[in-house]
Amino acid sequence: MTWLLFLEQCLNGLQFGLMLFLLAAGLTLVFGIMDLINLAHGSLYMVGAYIAATLTRATGSFLLALPLSIAATAILGMLLEVAVLRHLYRRDHLSQVLATFALILIANETTRAIWGVQSLSLNVPQALSGSVHVLPGVAYPAYRLVIIAVGAAIAALLYLLVTHTRVGMLVRAGASNREMATAMGTNIGRLFTAVFGAGAALCALAGALLGPLLAVQPGMGENILILAFVVVVIGGIGSIRGALVGAVLVGLADTFGRAFIPLALKHVASTSIADAAGPSIAAISIYLLMVVVLFWKPQGLFPARG
Amino acid sequence: MRLRRHAWPLVALALAVAYPLAARALGQEFYVGFASRVLIMALFASSLNLLVGMGGMVSLGHAAFYGAGAYVVGIAATEWPAGLGAQALAAWPLAMAVSGALALAIGAVCLRTRGVYFIMITLAFAQMIYYVFVSLKAYGGDDGLSLAKRSTLPGLDLGSDTAFYYTVLVIFAAALVALARLGGSRFGAALGGIRDNEARMESLGFPTYRFKLAAFAIGGALAGLAGALMANQNAFVSPNMMHWEQSGVALVMVILGGLGRLWGGFAGAALYLALEELLSGFTGHWQIVLGAVLLLVVFFAPRGIAGLFPGKP
Repeated sequence: MTWLLFLEQCLNGLQFGLMLFLLAAGLTLVFGIMDLINLAHGSLYMVGAYIAATLTRATGSFLLALPLSIAATAILGMLLEVAVLRHLYRRDHLSQVLATFALILIANETTRAIWGVQSLSLNVPQALSGSVHVLPGVAYPAYRLVIIAVGAAIAALLYLLVTHTRVGMLVRAGASNREMATAMGTNIGRLFTAVFGAGAALCALAGALLGPLLAVQPGMGENILILAFVVVVIGGIGSIRGALVGAVLVGLADTFGRAFIPLALKHVASTSIADAAGPSIAAISIYLLMVVVLFWKPQGLFPARG
Repeated sequence: MRLRRHAWPLVALALAVAYPLAARALGQEFYVGFASRVLIMALFASSLNLLVGMGGMVSLGHAAFYGAGAYVVGIAATEWPAGLGAQALAAWPLAMAVSGALALAIGAVCLRTRGVYFIMITLAFAQMIYYVFVSLKAYGGDDGLSLAKRSTLPGLDLGSDTAFYYTVLVIFAAALVALARLGGSRFGAALGGIRDNEARMESLGFPTYRFKLAAFAIGGALAGLAGALMANQNAFVSPNMMHWEQSGVALVMVILGGLGRLWGGFAGAALYLALEELLSGFTGHWQIVLGAVLLLVVFFAPRGIAGLFPGKP
């Protein structure tokens, strides 16, 4: 193992972690404030990626498609909140699971009906397709660096928004104690719709940015949804700071596991066994991380509920 | 004509017994295999209903025990095809024992948490087991494992879909009777008490953790039996049987059918699979309709299908 490989994997882990954070941020707020288990959160990510891919093809410009897809997904998210999800806030978690599972089915099938079962390709913008020397002699894809920068900027922006603005204060109040926030005269209905729209926008951003790296296909939301839930639980439900720390931890664990566990296994087992078991052990390491965190901190790393 | 309440299960049983004869008379033998699948999924969903409905333990990892039971049958048939591995009377109880033991071990850890954390930690364990089987190349890994034939049962040819259907029916009926007895027992009453108010049951002196763990292990063993049957039905097992989406489908069936209701698992599995079968005949995009139906159930039948009929909740 060389230090260059280590550095490269650190950047990869950070990049994946920050994208997970974009998904987990919306999820943790919806979960913490509205007390809604939204399995359909991954569907918004999928829809965002599809809209971005389609608009990129239509306009020929990824930079133009990005804000448009974010806006479109945010509007779709708010419509969804007003039409369906709003009526689920006071229901038990199981009804929410059933209803949002139904939304997953509808979203995946509608996607298949519109775009077909084949995965869509979304290319890295021409200007960003090269690599950059992050250190003398160390080349790293420029596009991934941009993703890291955008993810870090959004994280900083969200942090400022939540800790230093009036809206952020309302959000924190809602996450800490919803009944009390309502009693103090907060217009909870409008706040909820706005938070949901923001969560949908972040989903679309993640979907559009990851589109060129992963396949844009029906059902793409479900696997990443589970990882986002793991992040939310590790970080503490309702906590943006927890989501950031949890996302980076999960991103690094996933990337390091994939890169180094097969290498380490090759020292103790045959190559074929290492190749077969390595990715699985890497996937398992994420869940192990969650079990360990919950063992020490049953409410997650940064519990938000007062 | 009004039937007495305990007559209804007998009517249902008579219909189930007559079903393959009717299917054969109508030349629709394909639907015998379909009915076996419904009964097996009903067993799986009922085992989850024991946890979620009776015990208030919302598990999103129940498919791990279902898949483990299937793999016990698959691996036993691969390793000892000529010996006990192919015998239903050996492999199926072994599947129950392995799944039950697995549930005991996993439940012992998971039951120290509550609510959403319980959901997530059961999910985590199930996903870990899923990835273990994905990496087991000796047993097919990602591609799964095909069975040469169904298990053998003395005096019956399980290769025949009709004989297999009746075997599944007997097992499902026995499981339902056992679950009904369990629900009416002191154990079931204590479990319901724990679901409604655990702190109170604890202060009354009930060892609530042990009660929940026992229910979790029984549910796991029944799920393992369902997995063993499904492995026989499809002559195929794959890691997808333990994927979290399978746990999700089982949970949806339970909520759809009726939480904590004896017939909830059956009603949910039958409606879900029938809709899938029926709609996929009409349109390739049947999942949209299925999703819409599920949404309607959430908003207009909040206690599930069984909740539309009178009976104890």
